[in-house]
Amino acid sequence: MDVKVSRRQFFKISAGGMATSSLALMGYAPTAVAEARSFKLAMTTEHRSTCPYCSVSCGLIMYTLGDKSKNVKPVIMHVEGDPDHPVNRGTLCPKGAGVLDMIHSPNRVKYPAVRAPGSDEWKRISWDEAITRIAKHMKDDRDKNFIEKNAAGTTVNRWNTTGFLASSAASNESGYLSVKTMRGMGIVALDTQARI
Amino acid sequence: MPSLQSLDIAARSATTTPSPSVRHTTEIAKLIDESKCIGCKACQVACMNWNDLRDDVGTNVGVYDNPSDLSPSSWTLMRFFEVEVEKDKLEWLIRKDGCMHCAEPGCLQACPSPGAIVKYSNGIVDFISENCIGCGYCISGCPFNVPRISKVDNKAYKCSLCSDRIAVGQAPACVKTCPTGAISFGSKEDMSIYAEKRAGELRERGHKDAGVYDPQGVGGTHVMYVLKHADRPELVGLPKNPSISTMVGLWKGVTKPIATALMGMAAFAGFLHYVMVGPKEVEEDGEHKSEKEQA
Amino acid sequence: MTNSWVDIKNTDLVLIMGGNAAEAHPCGFKWVVEAMQQRKAKLIVVDPRFTRSAAVADTYAPIRMGSDIAFLGGVINYLLSNNKIHMEYVKAYTDATFMTKEGFNFDNGFFSGYNPEKRNYDKATWGYELGADGFVVVDDTMENPRCVFQQMKKHYSRYTPELVSKITGTPKDAFLKIAEQMGATAAPNKVMTILYALGWTQHTIGSQNIRTMAMIQLLLGNMGRPGGGVNALRGHANVQGITDMCLYSEVLPGYLGAPVDGDVSREAYLKRLTGKPLRPNQMAFTQNFPKWHTSQQKAWWGDAATKDNDFAFDYLPKKDAAYDVLHMFDLMFQGKMNGFVCQGFNPLAALPNKKKLSAALAKLKFLVVADPLETETAEFWKNFGPLNDVDPKQIQTEVFRLPTTTFAEETGSFTNSSRTLQWKEKAADAPGQGKPDSEIMARIFVKIREMYRKDGGKVPEPILNLSWPYQVAEAPNPGEIMREYSGRAMVDLMSPIDPKNPKEPQKVVVPAGQLASFAQLRDDGSTACGNWLYCGSWSPAGNLSARRDNSDPSGLGVFPGWGYSWPANRRILYNRASADPAGKPWDASRKYISWNGKAWGGVDVPDMRPNAAPEENVGPFIMNPEGVARLHAIGMAEGPFPEHYEPFETPVASNLMNTNPKAISNPAARVYKGDMEAFGKASEFPYAATTYRLTEHQHFWTKHARSNAIVQPSPFVEIGEDLAKEKGFKNGEMVKVKSNRGEVRAAVVVTKRIKGFDVDGKKVHMVGIPIHWGFKGVTQNGYLANALTPYVGDANSQTPEFKAFLVNIEKA
Repeated sequence: MDVKVSRRQFFKISAGGMATSSLALMGYAPTAVAEARSFKLAMTTEHRSTCPYCSVSCGLIMYTLGDKSKNVKPVIMHVEGDPDHPVNRGTLCPKGAGVLDMIHSPNRVKYPAVRAPGSDEWKRISWDEAITRIAKHMKDDRDKNFIEKNAAGTTVNRWNTTGFLASSAASNESGYLSVKTMRGMGIVALDTQARI
Repeated sequence: MPSLQSLDIAARSATTTPSPSVRHTTEIAKLIDESKCIGCKACQVACMNWNDLRDDVGTNVGVYDNPSDLSPSSWTLMRFFEVEVEKDKLEWLIRKDGCMHCAEPGCLQACPSPGAIVKYSNGIVDFISENCIGCGYCISGCPFNVPRISKVDNKAYKCSLCSDRIAVGQAPACVKTCPTGAISFGSKEDMSIYAEKRAGELRERGHKDAGVYDPQGVGGTHVMYVLKHADRPELVGLPKNPSISTMVGLWKGVTKPIATALMGMAAFAGFLHYVMVGPKEVEEDGEHKSEKEQA
Repeated sequence: MTNSWVDIKNTDLVLIMGGNAAEAHPCGFKWVVEAMQQRKAKLIVVDPRFTRSAAVADTYAPIRMGSDIAFLGGVINYLLSNNKIHMEYVKAYTDATFMTKEGFNFDNGFFSGYNPEKRNYDKATWGYELGADGFVVVDDTMENPRCVFQQMKKHYSRYTPELVSKITGTPKDAFLKIAEQMGATAAPNKVMTILYALGWTQHTIGSQNIRTMAMIQLLLGNMGRPGGGVNALRGHANVQGITDMCLYSEVLPGYLGAPVDGDVSREAYLKRLTGKPLRPNQMAFTQNFPKWHTSQQKAWWGDAATKDNDFAFDYLPKKDAAYDVLHMFDLMFQGKMNGFVCQGFNPLAALPNKKKLSAALAKLKFLVVADPLETETAEFWKNFGPLNDVDPKQIQTEVFRLPTTTFAEETGSFTNSSRTLQWKEKAADAPGQGKPDSEIMARIFVKIREMYRKDGGKVPEPILNLSWPYQVAEAPNPGEIMREYSGRAMVDLMSPIDPKNPKEPQKVVVPAGQLASFAQLRDDGSTACGNWLYCGSWSPAGNLSARRDNSDPSGLGVFPGWGYSWPANRRILYNRASADPAGKPWDASRKYISWNGKAWGGVDVPDMRPNAAPEENVGPFIMNPEGVARLHAIGMAEGPFPEHYEPFETPVASNLMNTNPKAISNPAARVYKGDMEAFGKASEFPYAATTYRLTEHQHFWTKHARSNAIVQPSPFVEIGEDLAKEKGFKNGEMVKVKSNRGEVRAAVVVTKRIKGFDVDGKKVHMVGIPIHWGFKGVTQNGYLANALTPYVGDANSQTPEFKAFLVNIEKA
């Protein structure tokens, strides 16, 4: 079958053979130019975090640029599993392992914006303007449609013409504050992604 | 630039200067247990994140393999195989493809560019891209069809086994991330022992042909598999008896004058800083092994 | 999850059904792999398609979508007929011995009490027979035909292996082999776990799918035990926490029932929801309801909630109807809703029937979307060609889009599927002007409060008086919020007056400040606690959710010093049931808690009154007034025993379990006007379809992440080789999938992993539809899969039926 050559023979054919027309004759001298890439996380700052995707809620380590000194703006450079975490023990699935690309997605929303009725574009606005306009819409709707008492005369204090949907990716603290403020205003049309 | 010595380089392509060989580092290996692999591609994502690679966003072509092949930006890839070894008993075999880090690397031996491919004494076969002349001989030299040449910079790329992580005592990114523990990492000795143990456990569990894939035709590999059907590695796209004999085909086809001319052109183009000056020393053990294999 | 992720490693048998743990929860699945290697556990996967979970399973069996109750009912029948039940457990810890009411029956698809006009049940004949003493009558022999055990036996005797196979398409021998393996865990020293997810919930019989499995786990004696339980693998990092905080119309934080129109006073409300033991000596833990609710009112309205004003009971809105998200969108669709705030939720993609959703949003006056990413919902008004074919000019909704932080850019806690709260720190700022959701909510609230202060308006008191003690009103600190929901004593809490010695001075039992446990809550207004279940998460010792002690002294994966698990840092719920009635662990290799002669103790916090001696017979299911687990549950809308009903769009003409044309599908499921008409028929849409997730993506989120786009770039649907051959499809070519509500186009993946089903002698082909693409993202864009799905939900939870509907498929 195939004529097989050993590694030694191979070099006789190739390197050794070519040595006669050696490039050394052309004046090239050996230098060492092999090195593993330097370890890119060596002096980054580490934060412990929790993966936002599924509810295994794996421990993450977020590596940010810089050492928290005043003049450096931290940017998340790399994310890995937290090896101390009892559930994931350093591992991450394809979603968690790629979470850096979600954080730095080109599709991040960066500024408040409004789309006017009938318009086909976004218009950037300030936070103050956004909050004021939203608050006004909500107050108008509440004042117009708030139900104080039902037909039986029971105080019901409900507002059911504005709805609220909460995220399952928000923190407990955000979730608590959302339910407290929404219920506090009388909203009953309240639901979350968790239902789905 | 550090010296050869600081990197514990055991072999360099197209180099006759003997590597310093007094110090010995632990030989390492990655073990891939097919029976635990769920094909989640976490290893692919961890690889691209660690190595700062982002391949093109492709399209679905009727399979789960995405990207559809290894590329200069995709150094590892899950390959999916729907097989029915026993009638009406579907098995979805999934194999993580990528560089095997052969003890006797065909790529290194085929490479005409000095120092473009190195083998560290821990077993890693690494491409030193700045020395790469893009000739593609490594591809022909690889029995596993792994290296890929970039259209952007005309250099060959493949898995480095995260040599930068291992250099500081960390495991490769794919190993660390693997959710099910299908990929493990340690000394070659420990991994070989564990591989045999796992194969035994699988045989007990009913996978009667389970075994270890550590092909001796390339001197053994630093990426090994535990396969459910070790008797038929071709079921998951692995060569049954890979060897560096493919060199023959290569060098029969490329006549010496052409090869020399290529080298010269490369040198004039300024890619080469170093040249071979004599027959290369090879470690005797590996040599005997491959000769014995051929006997 | 009743148990925890790591606890899965303690099992002998894993059943994955109604879920796909390897793909949806790979890092949790590692504990399945661990059990398989270390304990030699076996893995069974039952799923319509051969999933990546199936790829590593010991046993795989196909099942037609929506027929899980038929399968599991068949398992119950197998267990009862073959005496594969853990009898001592069943007698002591379930209601098997309880007598049901006279008049309860089941006849041809309906339980007693059905009202076809209202599509609901009068439950008067359901439930237990009570004796003169107010306690349930029991039959310890379990021979009375009216006892729960006999009723259950009778009900499930109809689920024969032959019938199971005809309905489910699961080959009979495969079904029996699985039933046998499950039955083997009835031995006291064997335990099975079940891992499920949306494959069970997203059905019109979703809740009953899970109940059937819970019944099996009870019959096998696997609840409350290491390696056992019924484990819902939940979808988002804080889906459990948001569920516990109860951002739901039905409940207030900690699952306290929300007031309804009928609650005419605080007294009536408390009476309705305060539990009372149904058997002697039971803990009936909901007896404490007034303490939880009063403390919550104090947390919300502080000094404005006084004894004199019924602790501000009137400030709480009372609901008159369901307000789940399907109902909300139906109201919107009818033009009855003006405003809508979406916080990190993309309903245009995540709810069924995109066409209806889109039309509903277009009827709003204003929509607010707060999200870190550009969602489809925020741009429902924009034309994206065939992917979102709308005319912006015709849509008069004013849309606000607010940038939020991601998890990485804010501090706070998430609660995982194992009920463990874990604290995380902010790593960097959000790009641009993104703000945390908590700050956005605070800003909106503070602005509205300011407007009411200045301009007055309708019933301003609940708003003006809402407790707002935060240092920075517009940006409450997560630590402050956690301390608030965890709870505190406003004053030193004193010991009760000793009736024998009323002059004896009272002692301080709890000093003013953060509380350690919900056991310290009071109903007199002296404690404030936003969520009783989370009471003690920020204890006098500090923020327990931030603990990072990962030692596991027992080796059973308990990790008591890692984070904080509700309730009371308990890692396995109902763990009293891990020991036999005498208090000895059922299995020596998994000793969890036991009775030492004086007290309960062990490696976890016992789920039992610490001094409840075994001879007191205090049941382990302390939240139930009967103290035991329910095989017969009257809380369910469609019957106390789960019954198989077909999906609303079914590929078969009849329900083989009955001959009643009105009982083909869930008779108690809610269907809105117009939606019934939008259901398709098998004659026109002959293929059984289901939607699902792939391991490479998280819902509609990771399509914005390049790494994930690379590994799963573009939309596809999956079909078997037979159907592909019949249709003449080539692998990878574009096809069009249509339901009665819409269509999607995608590449077709032809696979051996989908084989279709042999249902009552007829071949039913399957079309699988992954959901992850839309008209925004760094993936290839695609059609939202919910263009196809039906607008109908589970009769109890209203979770949409995404998992079983009908389509047709043709070349694009």
